Amino acid sequence: MNSSAGKAGKGGKVVKLKINFDEITIKANQDWKELQSAKKPVILVGTATCGRSAGSLETLEALRHEIKLAGIDCEVIEVGCIGLCYAEPIVCITKPSQPVVCYGDINPAKAKDLVDNYIIGDDPVAAYALGTLGDGSINGIPRLVDTDVFKPQVRRVLKRCGSIDPTNLNHYIATDGYKGMNKALGMDSKGMIEEIKKSGLRGRGGAGFPTWKKWQFCNDAPGEQKYLICNADEGDPGAFMNRSLLEGDPHALVEGMIIAGKAIGATKGYIYCRAEYPLALERLDMAIEQAHSHGFMGKDIMGSGFSFDLKIKEGAGAFVCGEETALIASIEGERGMPRPRPPFPAISGLWGKPTIINNVDTLASVSLIFQNSAEWFAEYGSKDSKGTKNFALVGKVKRTGLVEVPLGITIREMIYGIGGGILNDKEFKAVQTGGPSGGCIPASLIDTPVDYDSLAQVGSIMGSGGMVVMDEDNCMVDVARYFLDFTQKESCGKCVPCRLGTKQMLDILDDITQGRGKPEDIDLLEEIGFSVKRGSLCGLGQTAPNPVLSTIRYFRNEYESHIVHKKCESKVCRDLISYSIDQEKCTGCRLCYSACPTNAITGDKKKPHSIIQYECIRCGMCLEKCPPKFNAVQCIPGQIITERS
Amino acid sequence: MEKIKLTIDGMAITADRGKTILEAALDNGIYIPHLCHHQDLAPAAVCRVCLVEVEGRGHTISCRTPVEEGLTISTESDHLNKIRRIPVELIFANHDTDCIACTRNNNCQLQRVASYLGLERDSMDRMRMGNIEKPIDTSNPFFDRNPNRCIYCGICIRTCDEIQNINAIDFASRGYKMTVSTFGDNPIADSRCESCGECVVRCPVGALSPKTTMEPSRSVKSVCTYCGVGCGVELGVRGNSVVSVEGDRDNAVNHGSLCVKGRYGFEFINHRERIRKPLIKKNGKFEESTWDEALDLVAKKFREYGKEKVAVFSSAKCSNEDNYVIQKFTRAVLGTNSIDHCARL
Repeated sequence: MNSSAGKAGKGGKVVKLKINFDEITIKANQDWKELQSAKKPVILVGTATCGRSAGSLETLEALRHEIKLAGIDCEVIEVGCIGLCYAEPIVCITKPSQPVVCYGDINPAKAKDLVDNYIIGDDPVAAYALGTLGDGSINGIPRLVDTDVFKPQVRRVLKRCGSIDPTNLNHYIATDGYKGMNKALGMDSKGMIEEIKKSGLRGRGGAGFPTWKKWQFCNDAPGEQKYLICNADEGDPGAFMNRSLLEGDPHALVEGMIIAGKAIGATKGYIYCRAEYPLALERLDMAIEQAHSHGFMGKDIMGSGFSFDLKIKEGAGAFVCGEETALIASIEGERGMPRPRPPFPAISGLWGKPTIINNVDTLASVSLIFQNSAEWFAEYGSKDSKGTKNFALVGKVKRTGLVEVPLGITIREMIYGIGGGILNDKEFKAVQTGGPSGGCIPASLIDTPVDYDSLAQVGSIMGSGGMVVMDEDNCMVDVARYFLDFTQKESCGKCVPCRLGTKQMLDILDDITQGRGKPEDIDLLEEIGFSVKRGSLCGLGQTAPNPVLSTIRYFRNEYESHIVHKKCESKVCRDLISYSIDQEKCTGCRLCYSACPTNAITGDKKKPHSIIQYECIRCGMCLEKCPPKFNAVQCIPGQIITERS
Repeated sequence: MEKIKLTIDGMAITADRGKTILEAALDNGIYIPHLCHHQDLAPAAVCRVCLVEVEGRGHTISCRTPVEEGLTISTESDHLNKIRRIPVELIFANHDTDCIACTRNNNCQLQRVASYLGLERDSMDRMRMGNIEKPIDTSNPFFDRNPNRCIYCGICIRTCDEIQNINAIDFASRGYKMTVSTFGDNPIADSRCESCGECVVRCPVGALSPKTTMEPSRSVKSVCTYCGVGCGVELGVRGNSVVSVEGDRDNAVNHGSLCVKGRYGFEFINHRERIRKPLIKKNGKFEESTWDEALDLVAKKFREYGKEKVAVFSSAKCSNEDNYVIQKFTRAVLGTNSIDHCARL
């Protein structure tokens, strides 16, 4: 008799499963325990794509080489990303009856140090350590959970990333994996949707639509064939939440999809994952195969009568395919263009059948809710935004990385707590949430809670979880221009407001940043932005003006300064800055003179030099070359107009 | 058909279930500005100009929203104008506005929408102008494709797909660079286009313009002479010459559709080399004659040669009835089975 299948939710009828999940768990637990209480050292190396680009494969190679040389029996396991981007490559070492020690910035040379001192010797090399994990402590190394990076975090969706071998199904099962599926197989749709409703889970992909409601629509829609799609087409610049999860814990998604499929009555699921994530695709492929071989997928799963199959569909790199209906068109083999709604995909989606599209994080959260409970999930979060959420914290913060926080945490806690403050202790200016569809939130609103409604109130969105921090050196007009450039290129071109509106706004922003702005341009941007937001066909166009509108709302003075005074106070927009040489400080060392690519610098040897403004292309080479002890070249906002003689 | 009652701008109207708000309004004589809608095609909802306010729901696209019992709709408000004016201004900023030189001048949906929304030169001039010097495709003998006048409503593409099932053109590239393109972006003459001109007649602006037709002064209903299908045509006449041909939408045979011959092959009607009287070869030269003389001559020759030496070849330009009669004549009167038809070859 299966123990958890008996705990079906309210209204659910109990189905007795033919395959005993407990037996599978026992076997997995044995494997896992063996590893945990191994008599030999266990080394975990983070080799997700982020780690690899920081050189973790070289580190791995070096570790293996050193261990072989030393002739030590040692387990080396490749794991996913723990989320500390700033400290990659990351290596964790567990010695028998010691806590896990997590090390950052481990290059091959440091890897040798670790082997020499900690694997062979007994010195845990506190200098390289970030912290310890698990019970017990080591002198001189803080517990990782007590560090500023981890203290505000609640790692639930990401809890396995970086601590299990993503290619080993037993690791997943031993850490509560597939427990949720096992429970769900004993429930009926009504009970399952009720459970999700109780949890308060809202879509993690951007708009924050209540997941249960979406499922209910699909469940109620008539039709034998229904589909479940996972949107893993993570396209926001600077966002990597989904990639990390898929690479570090692919079964979390697979399990979530089996559960969701059961709830909405879908027998077929698609994972629409971007082709630019080769490792994630590889891991997903493997996870699906493992699920098949264990009877978690395919016909009559675990003897429950429910059948479910998953197929991976690789995206071809169009940002708009993250939009539900464009994604569906893409799976159908059509040009990736959105379709007008209604009908909503939940009623008529893929091949005209009722279809649910959920984000990776949403489906991973579904696994968690069923592995634990709705109440457990809703422990964290604010009134209308329950649970935790992953964010890619990037930009001008000291500690960039993938973080998971309870919803409702303030922006301040994220930037100054987890992020460790602004890089080089500069002044915090704004944070962009939600990628190109989101808005810029200014420093004055730093205590805004991070939840769906609060972010919407200040003119931004939660989005899929990108968080780009900007400091005083960022020009907000340039930031808006950057995002518009992106959305304009990614617009599919189908509807007029998005195709022509984003281009027009970009043209205007180009003019403003290049000194051709007109006073009426700000109003015009707002007017076009309003129309594009309200008039566009799909989510891409409806959110594309957000970066512009929010920067005008909070940084209007910067726009005015660009347009009226032809000045870029942040010294970013090349056409609105000037370089000059302080005659008092310049010694005529000629470093700038020879570096200048346009021969714009004049002056005799050992005499103060000066810049011919109309020859200057403001590349900044002179400033870079001027020795700090002289500090004679200055960059100043605004144009110095001199006529060609 | 079930009737739905709804209110548009305070007027109670009825519409068939399944109709869209836009169709219901147009059927009842209420104009809602629109660019990408065409009565023969499935709605695309891409121009975003046909916005209306539905009470309790906010603004919505009328070409895509089906009518429902009791809806209260208004077609005019400041809010709507604020949203729908911008796309039209933006289209103009990317449009060749030399209207005088355009075949659709005074018969242009874009002009109509612009005038309805009260667009003025000033409001358009504040926009940054786009590129309106894209090359024109003049490769087709019957019509030109001018991308500088195109508003990317997709009506031509949908026509080619939904009505002709040819799919000679589709959208290519993304965003602002999007174009209406043939496969491989070849000239339309080198594509699988059959030059039927169905897209040309549906183009709401002058992006697709016929090369050979002129504005007629009156129109005359007739039947196409090219084949036995017998499509209804409306000949556009100017003076005593046919200057254009349109399909007759009321005709049960073709419902307005035509092929390349029927639509564009009308020059023979006024051609100076057209044979208007029967010709008989006399002394090695063709000379004009009368029908009586010609038919007498043919009858005489039939008798002369007898049934063994006569064969009859009929034409697909004749109607089915004509073809029936000629085979009957051949078998019963001439007494031979040597009859054939060009369509069998």
